Amino acid sequence: MNNVYSIDLSLRPTTFDLWHVCLAATVVLLAFILIAVLLSVLIGHRRCSRKAEQARQQMVENEPETRVVEKIVEVPVEKIVEKVVEVPGPAPEPVVLKEATPEAALQLLGMLQKEARFIDFIHEDVSQYGDADVGVAARVVHEGCKKVIDEHFSLATIRQETEGSKVTLAEGFNSAEIRLTGNIVGQPPFTGTLIHKGWRVTEFHLPKLTEKHDPKIIAPAEVEL
Amino acid sequence: MSELFGHDTNQDGADNNQSLESQNHDAEAQMDSEGPRYSVGIDLGTTHSVLSYVDLHQSDDDVVQDVMAVPQLIAPGEVEEREQLPSFIYLPHEAEISEGETALPWTDKPDFLVGEIARNLGGKTPIRLVASAKSWLCHAGVDCKQAILPADGPDEVEKVSPFQATQAYLQHLVDAWVYKYPDADLAAQDVTITVPASFDPAARELTAEAARSVGLNQAILLEEPQSALYSWIENSEGDWRNHVNVGDIILVVDIGGGTTDLSLIAVTDQDGNLELNRVAVGDHILLGGDNMDLALAYAVKAKLEKDSGKRLAAWQIQSLTHACRDAKEQLFNDPELDNIPLVVANRGSSLIGGSLRTELTRDELNQILVEGFLPEVPVSEKPISRPRSGLRSQGLPYAQDAGITRHLAAFLTKQVAATDELDDIKLPEHASFLHPSAVLFNGGVLKAQVLAERLMTVINSWLQAEQAPDARLLQGADLDLAVARGAAYYGFVRKGKGVRIKGGTAASYYVGVESAMPAVPGMPPEIEALCIAPFGMEEGTEEALPDDVFGLVVGEPVRFRFFASKSRREDKVGTRLDFWTEDELEELDEIEITLPDEGRKAGEVVPVHLSAAVTEVGTLELHAVSQQDGQRWKIEFDVRAGEESS
Repeated sequence: MNNVYSIDLSLRPTTFDLWHVCLAATVVLLAFILIAVLLSVLIGHRRCSRKAEQARQQMVENEPETRVVEKIVEVPVEKIVEKVVEVPGPAPEPVVLKEATPEAALQLLGMLQKEARFIDFIHEDVSQYGDADVGVAARVVHEGCKKVIDEHFSLATIRQETEGSKVTLAEGFNSAEIRLTGNIVGQPPFTGTLIHKGWRVTEFHLPKLTEKHDPKIIAPAEVEL
Repeated sequence: MSELFGHDTNQDGADNNQSLESQNHDAEAQMDSEGPRYSVGIDLGTTHSVLSYVDLHQSDDDVVQDVMAVPQLIAPGEVEEREQLPSFIYLPHEAEISEGETALPWTDKPDFLVGEIARNLGGKTPIRLVASAKSWLCHAGVDCKQAILPADGPDEVEKVSPFQATQAYLQHLVDAWVYKYPDADLAAQDVTITVPASFDPAARELTAEAARSVGLNQAILLEEPQSALYSWIENSEGDWRNHVNVGDIILVVDIGGGTTDLSLIAVTDQDGNLELNRVAVGDHILLGGDNMDLALAYAVKAKLEKDSGKRLAAWQIQSLTHACRDAKEQLFNDPELDNIPLVVANRGSSLIGGSLRTELTRDELNQILVEGFLPEVPVSEKPISRPRSGLRSQGLPYAQDAGITRHLAAFLTKQVAATDELDDIKLPEHASFLHPSAVLFNGGVLKAQVLAERLMTVINSWLQAEQAPDARLLQGADLDLAVARGAAYYGFVRKGKGVRIKGGTAASYYVGVESAMPAVPGMPPEIEALCIAPFGMEEGTEEALPDDVFGLVVGEPVRFRFFASKSRREDKVGTRLDFWTEDELEELDEIEITLPDEGRKAGEVVPVHLSAAVTEVGTLELHAVSQQDGQRWKIEFDVRAGEESS
């Protein structure tokens, strides 16, 4: 019975023999294989989904009638690609829509919350309170918003005339700056009443963010010690 | 091994020296070929620092000048450029701010959090906020290189010294410059740093030393009120000669965030040209705009507590102070308004309900600020000073009397003889104070029309009482940025391109020596004040005192009592005073000298005489010169917090 193997987990091998070498090698090999398999699966999946995406986009652009295809996401990827190839004629230039940078928007929200308690105010149930209470809070919000806007934006009115006065718009006026409403008929020059003088940001600057800053946290929770 | 190591370091040292030398050569070469490109002015304010610069190459008759927007953290992770860098440091807890949230454009992790972020975070955690470091530099009885700030921080907070704080503000400005103008090495530009006129020699030396430690070896010092006047001269675009005349005395009143600084500048005639002489400077008065905001907040707090019957928490008072500052500015800017509502919002996320509401009326504003800080007093009044209550050893010596007009009256009365030596200035015989004929304002506080008008009214009422013509206000100064702009312009003036204010030392200096009297048992030996530097010593001059010999013991520190006088102009080097009034001489921190025992036996007595020099930088240097072989040893100013003085 002196051949019995006793198990003692606190023991440490003092010699590094061949068996240990084999064991280590196997572990490394298995790990390598696992990583390789996972990577290949990941890459394959990526490629597939990108192809599917491209195909779907092109199809949507080319023939809006076949939108049904969009729903059949389960359809094997190859098939969709085939369909695209069948579409005759060159594809028209895709319209480029500018993507709004989400960080600037989050930053502005953060500043409005910090200075003006903007989110706090919007989340209140105003109907529960009287006008006097809401008015007191509105002062905080107004003051803070004003501070944020004044500090980071320079604003100018688009039209300098007083609101309510008659204005005449010559031919070729900038329709992005001036929006016509009401009885729009005939040819310019147009004469009408200035309802709103318009605003234009002439200059603005937002704080720069450090790389690790998370702009989604627009107000950290505050804990006083 | 140790030998090898020693050898290595030696080599490194040699390399460093070489590279330093070659850098110096480069800088010199640049200087030789085209001279510095910019003249940079740095206003190291108590609450804000500003950097301005003049382009020397493009400036001729028209000065091309700008103020550098300083990139700084405003909150964790957010960097913005502002014209002013708040002079605050925040010492965060290690768990307080996550990694990477304190990056600046030029570094991943700055040594200190400086600027707007410090002020913002410190507002909620004052025990970790370093503020008013500059006032500590001029605070007698404190060792400025000892880590003592924040003064009321717990032991766990790793503190910094006032000197380190000054270094940190300068370092931030230097880094910002390098980031924005990488082609113009700041060490090769002309740099002028402003200090309060009331700074004592030790505080000036510390400022110059801080500048040297961040690589600005060439930086020179300029008094802030002078700088404000330079800025006014520059702004007038040559027209200033039509606004001041020979015989004018210009009073510069600089009320900043934390301090009030006063100077008198006389206009004289020099071969048909106007000459400006700075004839007197005031004491260091710790009183400014922040005191005004606090005074308002406490008045409103009292009103709120009376109405609601509840005591306000510290955060509510703080929020009230902010609200009061904004309300004050609105009321001052718009004379139509009668009152401004103040709201202290709940700290939690529910905003409606739970907020405190009150208002600040114009009457209260006038009562508290105009009457409280600028009372209409006769010129004979002195600032009230009460004996200090105990337990104040670690605080700043804030002015006890908030009446700025009283401090001003005392200053003008004390300096009644300041222009006696100038032939062009004629003061009536009966004058009980020095009659200013023109006034220049500086500092954000005096942007408020009401306060500026009140100050002029009070000064003119004093003048009228002595049948003197009214003083006129010199218009057109930018009260926030004038000091930095003036400092940058001063670099331009030093090139011989404009009028220079003659200044020199703003005080005469004395050491205390025991008088040769028979000792009286039970009485401390009488002390005499020996003048070692006269009033108005100019930069680059030296005055020695060969006839008064002291025996110094080698290897043992020797201390002298050190005095300054801002009113004794007639004393020459070597004058001994055996009697003086408390008004005349002000005791500064002791000065100390230790003769190194190299080449001499310890305990040997070496006869020396004292010598005072004003350096080109604008600091005072005292030396002990051996009578035997002419060897010189520097006398140190910065021996504060000595056993006796605290």
